[in-house]
Formats: sequence, C-alpha cells, structure tokens
Amino acid sequence: MTLLSQGAEARVFKTSFGLKEVCIVKERFRKTYRHPVLDEKLSKRRTILEARCLVRAKKCGIDAPAVYLVDPVKSLIYMEFVEGETMKAFFNRELNDHAKRNEISTKIGTSLAKLHNADVVHGDLTTSNMMLRAGTESVVFIDFGLSFVSNLTEDKAVDLYVLERALASTHPQSHVLLDAILASYFKDVKDSKQVLKKLEDVRLRGRKRDQTG
Amino acid sequence: MPTSPSIIALGMESSANKIGVGIMAHNPVTNTSTVLANVRRTYVTPPGTGFLPKDTAKHHRSKVIELVKEALKVANLKVQDISCICFTKGPGMGGPLHVSALIARTLSLLWNIPLIGVNHCIGHIEMGRMITGAQNPVVLYVSGGNTQVIAYAEKRYQIFGETLDIAIGNCLDRFARIIGLSNDPSPGYNIEQCAKKGKKFVELPYTVKGMDMSFSGILAHLESTTKQTLKEYTIEDLCFSLQENLFAMLVEVTERAMAHVGAREVLIVGGVGCNERLQEMMGMMVKQRGGHLFATDESFCIDNGLMIAQAGLLQFKTGYVTPLKDTWCTQRFRTDSVLVTWRD
Repeated sequence: MTLLSQGAEARVFKTSFGLKEVCIVKERFRKTYRHPVLDEKLSKRRTILEARCLVRAKKCGIDAPAVYLVDPVKSLIYMEFVEGETMKAFFNRELNDHAKRNEISTKIGTSLAKLHNADVVHGDLTTSNMMLRAGTESVVFIDFGLSFVSNLTEDKAVDLYVLERALASTHPQSHVLLDAILASYFKDVKDSKQVLKKLEDVRLRGRKRDQTG
Repeated sequence: MPTSPSIIALGMESSANKIGVGIMAHNPVTNTSTVLANVRRTYVTPPGTGFLPKDTAKHHRSKVIELVKEALKVANLKVQDISCICFTKGPGMGGPLHVSALIARTLSLLWNIPLIGVNHCIGHIEMGRMITGAQNPVVLYVSGGNTQVIAYAEKRYQIFGETLDIAIGNCLDRFARIIGLSNDPSPGYNIEQCAKKGKKFVELPYTVKGMDMSFSGILAHLESTTKQTLKEYTIEDLCFSLQENLFAMLVEVTERAMAHVGAREVLIVGGVGCNERLQEMMGMMVKQRGGHLFATDESFCIDNGLMIAQAGLLQFKTGYVTPLKDTWCTQRFRTDSVLVTWRD
C-alpha cells in the first residue's frame, strides 16, 4: 500500500483489490483531539454515508468512484482509482484558456445539477474534490466524506454556497467560473427557482455577504 | 508620513463589551513593533443577561477618556509623540462602535493627527501575527461575534469557512445564560472552568458543512433539553460536552482549510481563542499534521486597543490615511473586503 495523500478526514492509499490491479483505500484515522465517543460516531456515520452516496450517485449516472468494499468498523472504503487531475490543478494550469475553463465549468454545473436531482448533497464541494477524468474529460466528484441524502432546497443551497466560497478563496477570477457553473446548474436542476431563492437567503444570512461583529 | 525613527500609533477598540486603548511603537528601520500600553475595561452584566448596545455604549463613554489618559501615562508619552490615531471602523455593535470613532475623530481634530479606520478582524490577525511571529498561517478567528477560518491570498485575508448562523462565542454566552452562569469575568471563561470538572460526555448535534459550521441547532437543542438532561448529568458534564463538540467542529474545519491550502501553521485569535482546551485540541491536530500552532494569552486574544493600533500602523506605513468624511463606522465589514497593502 502506498500513501497517496492525507486530507483533513482520512488517509488515502493506493493498493490492489481482487482482480483490480489498482484501487484506492480510504481510511478514516482516529482523531486524537476528538472525544472517543464523538470520534467513533462521526467516523462510522461518515463512512456509511459516503459509501451510500457514492453508490446512489453512480446509479443516477453521475461520474464518481465505484465502491468495491466497505468496512464500517475499521472505517475503510475500497474504491476505484480515478486517473486524472483535480479541478483545482486544472483551473490553476489553464489560467488563460477562457473557452476551456468555461466548457469545464459548464460541465461541473450540469453534473452538480444531476447530483442534486438525485437528492445527494456533497457537503464539501471544493475544486480539490472534483477531478477531470483522463481521456474522457468527464467531471468526477470525489470525497463524499460529508455527503448525505436530502431533498431540501436549503441543503442544496448550502452545498452551492460552500462551492462559491471555496472558489472565491482559491481561484482568481472565481466569479467567471461561478457564473458558468451556476448558469448550467440552474438550467438542469429541479425546483431551480426555489434553490436560487434559498441560495440568496444563505448568502444574506448572519455573516454571509456582510458580517456583524 | 512621520520622519521620526519610530511611528507611534494610538488604537481604540469598542466594538462589543470591551473598551480598550493601546499604544504601539514601530521602528521602520528594524521593522519591529513594541507594545507601549494596553489598557482595557469590560462592561459586565448580571448572570442570565447579555449586554445591550445602548447600555454598553453608555459604559464605554464613561471610561474612554480616562483610558486614553491612562494609556499615555503608562507609555510615558505626550500627545505630540503620537503619529496616528486608529479606531475600529467595524464590524461590531453600532452604539459601542460609535464611542471610539467619535473620540478618535475629536482627538484627531484637536491634536491634528491623522486617522486610520481599522477592520476589527484584521486587528486580531495582525496582532496575533506580531505577538507570535507566525508567518503565513491559517487563522481561526473565534469570538462572540465571529467564527471564521481565514488564509492570506492575493492581497486579501480570504475567508475559507465561517459560521452559517451565530458565532461560537455567542453560542457559549447564550448557553451560560441558560444554566445561569456568571458573566464575570466572562461567560466563556466560566464555562471553561466548569468543563474542567466534567466527566460524562453528552451527545449533541454536530454540524459541519464543508469548511462552514452551524451552531444555532446546538443552541436550540440545549435550550429545549437542558432541564431534562440535568436530571442525569451535571452542569459540569454539559459544559464539558459542549466544549468538546464545538471545538471539534472548529478543529475539523481548520484542518480542512490547512489541507486545502497546504499550510503548516495555525494561528488562533479572538476571545474564544483564550480557551486552553481549544488550544490543546488544535495543538493535537497540528502536531499530527507536522505543523505548528500559534496562540496568544488573554491580554491579546480578547478585544483590545493595541490590536487596532498594530493594524492601523501597518496601514499608515504604506501611506494609508482615512479622510475625515470616511471615518464613519459600520456594523458590517467583511474581513475579505480589505485590501492588504502591507503584505507581499
């Protein structure tokens, strides 16, 4: 097993699984700062929810890693190894190819609408958690560690808001990317008017667009 | 710009229940800052109550002049030694904010000294950086009015994550009201002391959405269940559990921001940043990632005039002065709306 990365939630290893020569093992490791009861509850719940949401997304035709095996006791998920680059790397590399950036942003919006139409809320939409599959240039959603199933427009709006903030804090000219993502998203998402209204509410709530001390 | 070897800033802070005056000297040659004075008073209300803007402002008005005099005396300075007067422009509570803005304006006109309007949040960050020596940290800013995960990028303090509703300090303060804890010296401090005696863990809602958090659900849950819970658990158990739950959320989102930007340092600022358990939990996470944690003590964590002086100094050094017509203050002032001209 080779350690590929250590995120905030888990360690990701590259290994083999059965007939699959290459696969990913995601291991939620013990967080020493968390109370043991809380840590166990979160790890178990998130492992199960992640696997469920990955399978649900896949069933609905969304490009996401295929799940091979889940071990909720050890907090392990064996899944498909996706060849490609993160969206963060892509956007930072293609700074001047506006047409390409726009094309991929549109794809993200369409895929995200599909995800939300399947009532899957990703929970951690950043450009580090999306990939461009090598060869097909399909948008792959990864790291469903905070995902859950919900049909509430509120949850979908917060999901969009998380993406909006992540783009603003990571990418120059983020508003251009966001406009393209949202345009294609609202074209395809169910109850688009309600989701848009909720997104505006979330932006204005408490400390969003403004901030009270 | 002053030609004397040291630039000396007088800073005033009154955005919430603290009124503070601080004096900071900066040597442009060595690029070092020195603390000359840091005096402060707190408006404390009876247990079970919060502080209202009108009453808080009244308290601040009664203290501000004596604090300016005290700061000058502690620093052993005359009015003529001051290079600029800095005040909190926002964010904060309207009434209290006006106190330091009005006094700063008056002194500026009386003494013919330039004015600098400072963002309160940036005051905390720059004070933290100066005191700890942190270079480019992910900043966790936690106080009664704010909960933000911040990192510097492209001349801005970008907000990576924040509360979706109420601030963590507000959640703690309101819980202290539910259980009738004293506000002296502060509700958060008293919860911290109670939590040290807690043994049993009470499960509470845990709401993290990406790098954002929500605390209102936890508070609503506590408001409706505390009476019942106290039949089985102690107040100490509840304080302990609330801290463990809330701080785990903070550490988690900070870790997510660290992973996202590839940072090695974390700086905790704001009033809640004084909490030793929060510092301990954050320290564990940072150590696990091979990084370094920076935090300050209560004299710099809690709102103070010195942090406003420090942030104002940095702006003044780059040639920024707030024209008199723009010395209004505002309750709403985003951290990421300030152009950070003093950093590369």
